[in-house]
Amino acid sequence: MSFEPKITLFSCHYASQQSCAEKGKELQQLGFPASINLVRVPCTGKVQVTTLLQAFEDGADGVYVVGCPVDGCHNVKGSVRAGKRVAAVKKALEELDVESGRIEMFHLPRGLHPEFVAAGIAMDKKIRALGPSPFQS
Amino acid sequence: MIVAERKPMAEIIGMVKDCSKVLVLACRGCVTVCSAGGEREAAALAALIRLGMKKEGKTIQVIEGSLVRQCDKEYIDAIDQWDGQYDAIVSTACGVGVNFIANLRKETMVYPALNTTFFGGSAEQGIWTEQCAGCGNCVLHLTGGLCPVARCAKSLMNGPCGGSVGGRCEINKDTECIWQSIHDRLGSFGKQSQMETIAPIRDWSTAGHGGPRKTVRDDLTL
Repeated sequence: MSFEPKITLFSCHYASQQSCAEKGKELQQLGFPASINLVRVPCTGKVQVTTLLQAFEDGADGVYVVGCPVDGCHNVKGSVRAGKRVAAVKKALEELDVESGRIEMFHLPRGLHPEFVAAGIAMDKKIRALGPSPFQS
Repeated sequence: MIVAERKPMAEIIGMVKDCSKVLVLACRGCVTVCSAGGEREAAALAALIRLGMKKEGKTIQVIEGSLVRQCDKEYIDAIDQWDGQYDAIVSTACGVGVNFIANLRKETMVYPALNTTFFGGSAEQGIWTEQCAGCGNCVLHLTGGLCPVARCAKSLMNGPCGGSVGGRCEINKDTECIWQSIHDRLGSFGKQSQMETIAPIRDWSTAGHGGPRKTVRDDLTL
């Protein structure tokens, strides 16, 4: 049976500007995976550990965060904080004997860049390979 | 403050595996300040318990609550508000809080979510260091305010041991030799000679070696 993953992406306004281009159709035109549910946040520094865990509780097979470059965050340290929280959830997943690769952090350039779509495709490929979340009952 | 850290999830899941509903109870005292057991950490733990149990094919209802402190009877009494809503409490307080719940609530099963580690302070954001051992017989007036009991790896009273190099401890190079620091600090006040006074053999009975300790203040008891 084919597996269609559910992936939740938390991205800041600045790194996900493509989601607004071409009346919101550009990502689709560039091949951004349909499996990804994009949640835009003002700054990834606002994304808490509980926010990330809630995504898994809500049925995500994979979760990732896209924030500004480490040395170029619009809010100075926001994306660095997000990276540390993603790392904390990775560790917690390992403690639960779950693949830590189900959650990732990407620091990408702000604006319209192909890396944003490439990260989505890479995440979709990885979660398809990992299979359904072990948290699905 | 009392510093603590969360236990491994496998250990916590093992505690609650037979429960169908638990109360994750945060403490808004020391463990909130050291980011181990406050409301935010309790919320994350509640989610991890739900996820961990789901992975094992079990369902569990997890509710969250918090108390101002878990080391006073008056606050422990507030647990009444969750009566009937849990099989067990998973406390994110330090060991004192867990003991207080066990002492005062005979019918309540309580589990510790944290390992209580030490009395310490926040050296910088996200880093806590041990500063006091609670030994019950403070010598800080003799050592420039720096504690050889808690901060010397060997708890020497007539240090240094001779093993330190460049002011770093021979047990762990990441740790300063506190006796070197005591020497330097006393020196800055022109009081190095204090170190020449031999400290007598120490009576450790105040440090818990004489059994559990107790403080009674007759002026405060009712």
